[in-house]
Amino acid sequence: MSDPARHERLVEELARSLAPIRPLSGPGWRAFAWISAVLGLGIVLLPLSDAAAMQARLGVPDLRYAALGAILTSVAAAFAAFQSSVPGRSRAWALLPIPPLVLWLGVSGLGCLRAWLAPASNLAEAGEMRGCFVFLIGVSLPLSVLLVTMLRRACPLNPGLTAALGGLAVAAAAAALLVPFHPHDATATDLAVHLVAVLIVVGLNGLFGGRFLEGTTDRRSAATAVDTDP
Amino acid sequence: MSLAQAAHSGRLSVLQARPADSGSIATMPARSMASSGEASLSAAMQAAQNGDAAAYRALLRDCVPVVSAMARSKGVQGTGIDDVVQETLLTIHRARASYDPARPFLPWLRAIAHRRAIDALRQGSRRPREVDDPIAYETRADDGPLPGHDLEDRDRRRAVVQAVAHLPPGQREAIEHIALHELSLDEASLLTGRTKTALKVNFHRALKALRASLSSSKEGSDV
Repeated sequence: MSDPARHERLVEELARSLAPIRPLSGPGWRAFAWISAVLGLGIVLLPLSDAAAMQARLGVPDLRYAALGAILTSVAAAFAAFQSSVPGRSRAWALLPIPPLVLWLGVSGLGCLRAWLAPASNLAEAGEMRGCFVFLIGVSLPLSVLLVTMLRRACPLNPGLTAALGGLAVAAAAAALLVPFHPHDATATDLAVHLVAVLIVVGLNGLFGGRFLEGTTDRRSAATAVDTDP
Repeated sequence: MSLAQAAHSGRLSVLQARPADSGSIATMPARSMASSGEASLSAAMQAAQNGDAAAYRALLRDCVPVVSAMARSKGVQGTGIDDVVQETLLTIHRARASYDPARPFLPWLRAIAHRRAIDALRQGSRRPREVDDPIAYETRADDGPLPGHDLEDRDRRRAVVQAVAHLPPGQREAIEHIALHELSLDEASLLTGRTKTALKVNFHRALKALRASLSSSKEGSDV
């Protein structure tokens, strides 16, 4: 049986507690703001990098395209995450990061053949790879916090999907920021280390970010308050 | 026509006009009403974002039947529909900043209502439900004593009484006071005038004799 009085009480309650609110900017603008923050972090870190080595590495096609793939993946995933955080937007936006992701992972995979094709390549040592891993996780943490906080302001109805897309954006951004600091050429082990870091970031974002985002649509307390009103 | 009425008429037109979206002349009035209703809803939400409580109240009231219909079409039943309406209204309130006034209101509302309906269905499927299964009731084993349990119990008690009665007087006395009346050795000694050692010896001999006689009588009954 429908209970119009219960709905009427809730409507009154919500109308009474109404306060003016500024509509959020569009998902594109909010994605742009987050990407700007990533760029800002990159500019802050840039003086610490070896510019000459970076230029030399970016001269190699597969390293250049892998970097481009990471940047495009980050931009596309961030845009898709912000789109998915707004009710009524198409879920097909979630597919947007797939083409750049394929480019990123595919070209990085080609780099694995480097040791075989070019024996003179500067291959990674275990200590350097540990450094890469720590860098990826360390950079991902503040970027994740910023992104999830921004996504939380909207209303993600699929928190897990939104958080996973956010995690992909963060992981790809961290990989792109790693390029100026990468002290060696790509190898299979190097790619595996990056992949593990990316999966950890995406997984943690999906798990904890999803729960954090779920809090934005937690309605229980108010519902109970209205239920118990006489 | 009030905002609520305009929104309501427009909304109904939106819902009714959708299947006949063929572009024929017959659908034109409904479509124009739909767009005006959509515009009214959008304007009401925009006013709500600016803090207009009256417009917001009217908008939320207009949302109730739309959300109920949507929940029903998704398969939510009974009081679950009211729960979906409540959850949706609360989500609208919480997420009102995410509504873009430049976009239509109904897709935004439908996305929220759809999600809340799915939540309700999931919650309902996790809740334990009462099922009617008469065969399970018939075949369920009874935890109580089996038929004939009382008869066996009475036979066992009678055998013990007979075995005790056949004991020599000293042993019977020890068993009665120490085992049946649960007296201490001191109390039994005081009562019978026998020493504690004698009582202990008689008690152990009585136990041995009872064990022998009861086990032999059990074997006899088993055969």
